[in-house]
Amino acid sequence: MTRAFKFLRRYPTIAVGGTLLFLLILMAIFAPWIADKDPMALSPVHRARVPSERFWFGTDLLGRDVFARVVYGARISLIVGFTVAFLSAVIGTIIGLTSGFVRWIDAIVMRVMDGLMSIPTILLAIALIALTRASLENVIIAITIAEVPRVVRLVRGLALSLREQPYVEAAIAAGASPFRVVFKHIFPNTVAALTVQTTYICGLAILAEASLSFIGAGVPPSIPSWGNIMAEGRALWQIKPHMIAFPALFLSITILAINMLGDGLRDAIDPRMAKRI
Amino acid sequence: MFAYTIRRLLLTLPVMLVVALFVYGLLDLAPGDPAVFLAGEEASLEDIARIRQTLGLDQPFYYRFSLWLFNVLQGDLGNSLFTGVPVSEMIVQRMAPTFTLMIMTLCVSVLIAIPLGALAAWRHNTSYDRGVMMVAVLSFSIPTFVVGYMLAWALGIEMRWLPVQGYVPYSQGFWNSIRTLILPTLALSSVYVALITRITRATLLETLSQDYIRTARSKGVGNQNILFKHALKNAAIPVITVIGSGVALLISGAVVTETVFSIPGLGRLTVDAILRRDYPIIQGVILLFSFLYVMVNLLIDLLYRVFDPRIKY
Amino acid sequence: MTNTPSHNSDTQRRVLDVKDLSVVFGTGPNQVQAVKSLNLHVDRGETLAIVGESGSGKSVTSLALMRLIEFGGGTITNGEILFHRAQEETVDVRRAPEAVMRSMRGKDLSMIFQEPMTSLNPVFTVGSQITEAIVLHQRCDLNQANAVAIRILDQVRIPDAAAMMKRYPHELSGGMRQRVMIAMALSCQPSVLIADEPTTALDVTIQAQILQLIAELQKEMDMGVIFITHDMGVVAEIADRVMVMRRGEVVEENDVFNLFAVPQHIYTKTLLAAVPKLGSMRGISQPTRFDLPMQEDQAHARLASERAIKHSAQSKDGTIDSPVILGVRDLVTRFDIRGGIFSRVQRRVHAVEQVSFDLHEGETLSLVGESGCGKTTTGRSLMGLTKVSGGQVVFEGVPVNLAQAHSLKSLRRNMQFVFQDPFASLNPRMRVGECIAEPMVIQGLASGAEASRRVAALMERVGLDPSTVQRWPHEFSGGQRQRICIARALSVNPKVLIADEAVSALDVSIRAQIVNLLIDLQDDLGISYLFISHDMAVVERVSHRVAVMYLGQIVEIGPRQAIFESPQHPYTKKLMAAVPIADPLFRRQHKLEVSEIPSPVRGVGEKPLVAPLVRVGEGHFVATHQVGGLY
Repeated sequence: MTRAFKFLRRYPTIAVGGTLLFLLILMAIFAPWIADKDPMALSPVHRARVPSERFWFGTDLLGRDVFARVVYGARISLIVGFTVAFLSAVIGTIIGLTSGFVRWIDAIVMRVMDGLMSIPTILLAIALIALTRASLENVIIAITIAEVPRVVRLVRGLALSLREQPYVEAAIAAGASPFRVVFKHIFPNTVAALTVQTTYICGLAILAEASLSFIGAGVPPSIPSWGNIMAEGRALWQIKPHMIAFPALFLSITILAINMLGDGLRDAIDPRMAKRI
Repeated sequence: MFAYTIRRLLLTLPVMLVVALFVYGLLDLAPGDPAVFLAGEEASLEDIARIRQTLGLDQPFYYRFSLWLFNVLQGDLGNSLFTGVPVSEMIVQRMAPTFTLMIMTLCVSVLIAIPLGALAAWRHNTSYDRGVMMVAVLSFSIPTFVVGYMLAWALGIEMRWLPVQGYVPYSQGFWNSIRTLILPTLALSSVYVALITRITRATLLETLSQDYIRTARSKGVGNQNILFKHALKNAAIPVITVIGSGVALLISGAVVTETVFSIPGLGRLTVDAILRRDYPIIQGVILLFSFLYVMVNLLIDLLYRVFDPRIKY
Repeated sequence: MTNTPSHNSDTQRRVLDVKDLSVVFGTGPNQVQAVKSLNLHVDRGETLAIVGESGSGKSVTSLALMRLIEFGGGTITNGEILFHRAQEETVDVRRAPEAVMRSMRGKDLSMIFQEPMTSLNPVFTVGSQITEAIVLHQRCDLNQANAVAIRILDQVRIPDAAAMMKRYPHELSGGMRQRVMIAMALSCQPSVLIADEPTTALDVTIQAQILQLIAELQKEMDMGVIFITHDMGVVAEIADRVMVMRRGEVVEENDVFNLFAVPQHIYTKTLLAAVPKLGSMRGISQPTRFDLPMQEDQAHARLASERAIKHSAQSKDGTIDSPVILGVRDLVTRFDIRGGIFSRVQRRVHAVEQVSFDLHEGETLSLVGESGCGKTTTGRSLMGLTKVSGGQVVFEGVPVNLAQAHSLKSLRRNMQFVFQDPFASLNPRMRVGECIAEPMVIQGLASGAEASRRVAALMERVGLDPSTVQRWPHEFSGGQRQRICIARALSVNPKVLIADEAVSALDVSIRAQIVNLLIDLQDDLGISYLFISHDMAVVERVSHRVAVMYLGQIVEIGPRQAIFESPQHPYTKKLMAAVPIADPLFRRQHKLEVSEIPSPVRGVGEKPLVAPLVRVGEGHFVATHQVGGLY
């Protein structure tokens, strides 16, 4: 126990970021208990109210309770963040490892990845979403496609450099098959950097979803995503900023927590990674 | 050097091809009939058939694609589904504010971030370093549009120093025009500065621990020269690489920032196009920005040689 | 404290006086004492050698003398460092303000470092790096500085100094870079030169040139030299006085002849016993263990003395009569270098050019040579780690196809490889027991409980504690890791072990222990070794037969005694002459020449000349054709 405590003291960003994230996850899971009002309940008579005893964060243009919507909004952001991070890690690792070992696949894969990376994330997602209907799944798929090249680049780069290590050559000299080399020797040594990169991608995905929803290309307006809530509050923001302020605050805290966690993990594992990730 | 340039230039072609394939092929891959999609929501069966004919959608893919690509290379990006106006024309109309915003952001960010990151690396582990890193992670995490609203509130509404929305074209005065872009630039810079500061600091920290710095000190070289002459040049390459790849962030951020500040640039064009499902405009904007990104990174690639004589083609 | 020129005493020659120096790293409970109460002194024209293994504090001492240690996190906690500046006052380096230190560094005290590749700034030209120091200390303009720089480049015997000024460090070879470093350090005529392992990373013939150069320049400039090294051979060649350090303390200090003749401290004795002395195997035909007084593991100490008796009782002649286990004929390995816009093949590296040899059962054949000679590539090619371009390999009479997976796999059951770098040779994410068992498991020879049993037995065999089988590689020292690698290689009971510079990265005393281990294993198991090394003295200890390689070809091959006692090929002779002998009584005078080690890169279509070797004695063959380069 004391070892864990000493570790956290050395890397305060892990402690702070991790705790914040944990609290946000709790908030998302226990949303129905934290917010007593229904986030979808329309109540035109109470529209555009400033924060009060009854409506902690005020109400939006349709009379919905902003506090409830913000609390439930955490679910959307975290679901998007974690799902995209997981999917892009899995897909990216598979592609990256294959690419690092099969030369002709590598040639094609790298061109494709370079191409995808030269399209800014938002635009890529916009293109994908414009052609399909707006839904949570499509947003997740679109952002995943935009983030996969990052993972592929990292894993491929690591695979190429690890291949040259003497311990890998020793395994080959013992007669190890390429599968064994990849699974026992290469992959375990990519996990550290992969974890850090995945953490950052989680933050980027949450940011992307919020940005997309904000400009109207994200999840459907009925779903309370922080970006959506801000989009709905745009019209009146100069006089009633509460509709934008609260979701903005939570969004920023969430992304901050994740980035701090990512920074802390990176420094704890290998500070030299800061040059690459 | 010439061969190096040619080789790098040739290498960008497959990348642009992939982008073009993606942008064009997406229409085919998306669920539903492309003709129905492009004809719009109100179209009748005859309209759909007509669209299919004019755009040659019954032809095999490689044929259509080559034709479309050929047109694109000549500057013809198709017409807007909504207004019927050529996409290229609409883009040219809206280019100025977006590019001005991006260039301003680039300049401001680099000028602020590099000294900031360098100083943080030099004063490693002091409160200055920790302070800079804390501010960096904060501004990297707060989304651009949130920063935009914060700045707009503070400087535009409370203090009334700067206009909070709209854009004034150059024709009505250079300074007037720039004034409308100051807040958006600051908002967009927040993320870019954070990114560059972090990478500058990380790279410099590693550079300062290298053997040749120790050699320079053993010759009696003073601190200023160690930092500005010996270290900085060696740290340049990762930093300019990130400046180049960060342009993607810049573009994404511009789209969102223009929405916050109601600036009639390419970002707003794209956002409007989404709402109307005006796919040719989205296609055109993506092609333009990708091309820009690839060119910027090509330039950065060529700049490598200036900083590091070891780079051969 | 002022030195006036009229005093004609010994203290006028004294240039550095260090009393009671202590250096620590870190603070609080994590504090490490790197140097403790060190005393030293250096006079003009004299060379003091500081000798020690890793962790001895020798490098820390040198950095402390220049007050560079503070930039690396160290603190000088005690002592005084008195530097007697020429015609000026004496400065206590420890208390001097930074501005004074800056004016002294490069001008009164200079330093050269071990790795010339990383110690020169890659983005500046050679000329600008040299003139920087000159402009800083001599207050002259750039033109004058350039002239001075060219002069000093001439003094370090660099050909075409004016052209060299405009070149970048990465365009130069290791030897050239070190000369540039020396030029940079000596450009302002310092009184003391501190050389921190400057030749450790260089090839033997280049090392000889650099050592000679430093000696010459010392005479020309009448300066004191502090030479830090771990190589007792180098010490014997160049030192006037020697200081032996261990774990931050000086254990012995003496003039060089006395130190080698009558070492006092047990550590010095161990160090000297562990150093293979070129020429010490004259008249002995068999590989011989090192006789180490300070054994780290007691169990082996007993076995060792038993073996030593057994060995001296045997006396066969040098030739081996056992059957050939590995036959190599006309092995060729080439690498393509691509370039240009279309990535065409522009040049080829002729790494291995028709190499042929036989390896007999139970013998050690050493492949020796300098960088680029192809010895490592030969070993790697035989193991299938590098693609072969041609040649035949026969194992136990059966031809092996190195390009075919099945054939290669059965070869790998009988032949294993030990790498140079003990730190990168073990997967950091695999426990040690698993690492050792892996070849067994892959080859299907054992698994589960049987494998664990064998792993424990192997660990004991190589001198490791079997209870540490679940630890991670980073918990072991360099020498222990190399033992783990050897255990791993032995796990498939190979008949042949290829050791690629397996002891080169180890400290001297550890190196001796590992060499002893290898010799013991050969005695017990009858393994044949293909021992690849550049260290002639170790090779002399360990080999039955030796093959000398140059530019990808074997230029001389024969029994170890024949090669070492009567080398025939001019390159072999040059190699032997360049190796420093760990005995100051056998100091040699080298020619002050500048030669480079040739590169095996040739244009496409250029074919090197290969001809059969000529017999000059029993089992002794020499190349008489023009191989390339200087020979």
